[in-house]
Amino acid sequence: MLLIPCPWCGHRDESEFTCGGEAHIQRPADPAALDDADWADYVFMRTNPKGRHRERWCHSHGCGRWFNVERHTLTHDIVAVYRMGETPPDHGEADGT
Amino acid sequence: MTGQPYRLPAGGMIDRRRPVNFSFNGRRLTGFSGDTLASALLANGVHLVGRSFKYHRPRGILSAGTEEPNALVQLESGNRSVPNLKATRIELYEGLTATSVNCWPGVRFDAGALIDAAHRLVPAGFYYKTFMWPRGGWHFYERWIRRMAGMGRAPTGPDPDRYERMNAHCDVLVVGAGPAGMAAAQAAGRSGARVILADERSQPGGSLLNMAANGSEIEPDWSSGVAAELDSMKNVRVLSRTTVTGYFDHNFVIALEQVTDHLGSNAPVHLPRQRLWRIRAGRVVLATGALERPMVFANNDRPGVMLAGAARAYANRFSVLPGRRAVVVTNNDSAYEAALELHAHGMAVAAILDHRGLVDGNAVRGAREAGLDVLPGHAIVDTGGRRRVRAAAVAKIDHDGTLAGPTRTLACDLILMSGGWSPAVHLFSQSGGRLRYDAALAAFLPDHPRQSVRCAGAINGAAETTSCMREGRSAGLDEEPAPEASSTSPKPPVQRQVFARYRAGEARSFVDFQNDVTAADITLAAREGYESVEHLKRYTTLGMGTDQGKTGNVPGLAILAGTLGSPVPAVGTTTFRPPYEPVTFGAIAGRDIGALADPVRQTPMHAWHEKAGAVFEDVGQWKRPFYYPRPGENKRTAVARESLAVRNAVGIMDVTTLGKILICGPDSVEFLNRVYTNAWDSLAVGRCRYGLMLGEDGMVLDDGVTANLSPNRLLMTTTTGNAARVLSWLEDWLQTEWPDLDVYLTSLTEQFATIALAGPGARQVLAGLVDDIDVAPAAFPFMAWRAGRVAGLPARVFRISYSGEVAYEISVPAGHGMDLWMAVLQQRSGYEVTPFGTEAMHVLRAEKGYPMIGQETDGTVTPLDLGMQWILSSKKDFLGRRSLRRSAMLDPSRKRLVGLRTEDPEAVVPEGAQILPTPPSGPPETMIGHVTSSYWSATLRRSIALALVMGGRERESHTVHIPLDHGTLRAEICDPRFYDPEGIRLRG
Repeated sequence: MLLIPCPWCGHRDESEFTCGGEAHIQRPADPAALDDADWADYVFMRTNPKGRHRERWCHSHGCGRWFNVERHTLTHDIVAVYRMGETPPDHGEADGT
Repeated sequence: MTGQPYRLPAGGMIDRRRPVNFSFNGRRLTGFSGDTLASALLANGVHLVGRSFKYHRPRGILSAGTEEPNALVQLESGNRSVPNLKATRIELYEGLTATSVNCWPGVRFDAGALIDAAHRLVPAGFYYKTFMWPRGGWHFYERWIRRMAGMGRAPTGPDPDRYERMNAHCDVLVVGAGPAGMAAAQAAGRSGARVILADERSQPGGSLLNMAANGSEIEPDWSSGVAAELDSMKNVRVLSRTTVTGYFDHNFVIALEQVTDHLGSNAPVHLPRQRLWRIRAGRVVLATGALERPMVFANNDRPGVMLAGAARAYANRFSVLPGRRAVVVTNNDSAYEAALELHAHGMAVAAILDHRGLVDGNAVRGAREAGLDVLPGHAIVDTGGRRRVRAAAVAKIDHDGTLAGPTRTLACDLILMSGGWSPAVHLFSQSGGRLRYDAALAAFLPDHPRQSVRCAGAINGAAETTSCMREGRSAGLDEEPAPEASSTSPKPPVQRQVFARYRAGEARSFVDFQNDVTAADITLAAREGYESVEHLKRYTTLGMGTDQGKTGNVPGLAILAGTLGSPVPAVGTTTFRPPYEPVTFGAIAGRDIGALADPVRQTPMHAWHEKAGAVFEDVGQWKRPFYYPRPGENKRTAVARESLAVRNAVGIMDVTTLGKILICGPDSVEFLNRVYTNAWDSLAVGRCRYGLMLGEDGMVLDDGVTANLSPNRLLMTTTTGNAARVLSWLEDWLQTEWPDLDVYLTSLTEQFATIALAGPGARQVLAGLVDDIDVAPAAFPFMAWRAGRVAGLPARVFRISYSGEVAYEISVPAGHGMDLWMAVLQQRSGYEVTPFGTEAMHVLRAEKGYPMIGQETDGTVTPLDLGMQWILSSKKDFLGRRSLRRSAMLDPSRKRLVGLRTEDPEAVVPEGAQILPTPPSGPPETMIGHVTSSYWSATLRRSIALALVMGGRERESHTVHIPLDHGTLRAEICDPRFYDPEGIRLRG
């Protein structure tokens, strides 16, 4: 079970959180302008890297806030945690994003 | 007179003043306090304790600990009974009762042993090859195979014992209280760290407990001194009888504490039987020691064949000599120490056979000086005896295992074997650490850790107690161990076991004792192409027993490597997975059973529903009245009465459970425009609107009515089951995608109690309860809401309907819920108000053709599929909108909502039934849809059903066929609006 540092509450067990999948997927500004393939890419397609991965987590059984976690999918090391709207910490690109 | 013929006259860590009576297979025996079941059995000369899993061969006690594959027993009887416990791990208590598993009628004569004679018919993987004919036959054979190859039996009644769960945090968790672990805990404790020391045994000491008091290099009272110091430290918690079974991410560790298992029926009632510890550790020190490996030779599974270190432990710790005359076979030095100590206790040693051709060193010299017959380059080629070993056939072998001399027979009643030691790397491997193979030790050792973990002692291959302690101290302080002083003489290397070449005829050499996997099975599997260890494991079941191959895995890998001609590290190991030791379901469940398994949510009117005899339906965690049967009524008649009351008079229903979300802020309407499919700009204060919510994939997520309370304040309702999900869905969009929107969400579900009042008399009933709300249709139209007092209570009244009748939903503060309910029941409008449950509501809405979320929708249904084009705004974007234009969504063959009328009006189709376009003609059938809702409609005096059917309403008036277990129903596809399709009644 992961130990996740919520930027608002501190370290808490994974069981208090829900994972929202890959982070930094922006909703297209004008969906109607997209063709089927591009829209499907936004709705369905996600990277699945073996390595560092930026993802959204919500402290659902705590403060209820969404935030970003950069996690290594193989080791589960949490490389960085940052709030919504903040720029990912600059230590090189995460793998696969 | 103890009646324990194999008990030594003095010594050991048993209390001879406290004899303990117990029963094994109905035989009444006596041991001492401090014994395990295994040591007490051995003291009484009982070696035959069980039958093997597959061949039902007689089996004895192989080990003295967790690694035991053979000596499995069923402990106690009735609902407290536990199957497949290791006799080596059961502490003896007064009145203990145990029986052998996997034998009938008894362990001495077992009918199943006939299969042993036919073993050639059942090699590895036999069930994949043999029992596959005819098609489906496996289901017939499986029952018999399972019965033959069963183990103990699980109790059938509820467990009477209590189990608990504990959460703990520490700076340093030390696993194992041997010399390394105790030194680690001592050093960490002295540094001020919060320390937990967990050990599976009843007392600390680890391997020191198994050694002769004068046999160790350290002071005899070292461990008791450290134990006392640890006890005195407030920052150190020592958990004895606690097995660490799982090592998960971020140093999260699970341990099982057997709190009162060793007390039997004398356990105090205030203590749980077991406690599951969930420990989050800053650092972990693994001092888990090493497990001795068996040797693989023909008929090496007879009772009386034992690990050398186990015999040493029985003699020193339990003061039991497991035999009178032993043959020792080894490939390393440790067996010499065991042989010497046992010899000193009075055991005759017929010979020490060493696979190594050239042996020297202190251990060997010591044995020779004691007059023991050391035979280098010798092996056991077979054993004799039936229920107990009686002889060993031995011969000289070459360095590669070829027989190099004549076979001779040594009489014995005990064979002690040591195939080297396997460090207990299980937890290290579970933690993600990499292993490396050490050729000199012929063992896998911890190499590269992935988490914050250090290993100390025998797990690293350390052999000397002093080096274990030194490694432990460093690990406890999180330091690299100082390099070892080179003065101590290095031990001679362990030789890899030599296998197979001297395999004698038909006799079998067992590798995995519990699962009856032989060396021949492994070579067979390799020949058949199962060359990967993971395949080998699954094909032969090597290492898949309750012992998880703690003794047999490494010899098995070595045999595979030998067969394939590749080095052991190239073959690798199978994955180590939790649990290290079996964990009871009781401990995993803890107190989360029965009424505490899941929270129960009740409305403020729950007590009334109960008193009225309601049958409840679980909706999420809520208890909702399903229907209220009166005397003599069943479900169908009760639901018919309730739904007719709504159609013809007035019904009330508790709808408190619907989710309520308060939406505040200047951008609330814009927010609704984005999350709902329809437009919200024109919704005036005092009005309500029905909304449909989609996922971005275009599938229906939820629906509900939202009321405009005042400028920038709206109240959204959701379905009961989706309330939390919808709130988090909305929060997600607000927080992550649209942080610019000034909107705040608050759940009010439990703040208000709500009742629905529905039926042609609803207006008149409401009129009698209000004085400040004008209920006239013109003043209070459909889809409006009013604030006022109802029965003197502050209330909001919403004129909305799910039944198709004139209906109101009245919300009051939750604390007034019961008052409102009673006031409505007792009103004097002249109408009798009938409480109705969720089933009547389901029938009423189905009569209207209203889809229900979760019934007609399942995450693959779009609004177009439901025929709800009217609710899709064409003037704005909304979540999921673009998906509705994807080509797959426009496919005319998609399943769409229709009504179904059965040809026989009495027949109610089961929900979920498949729909065929033609009468069934045998598989494969063409299936065009399925029934989603189906009821008896008392209003229409016939059955009605809703269904999702390919092509939908284009098939209207077509006949379809619904095959059931007994016959096929015919039905006609129709408009899903069975009742009042124009909606005249609800606007009335």
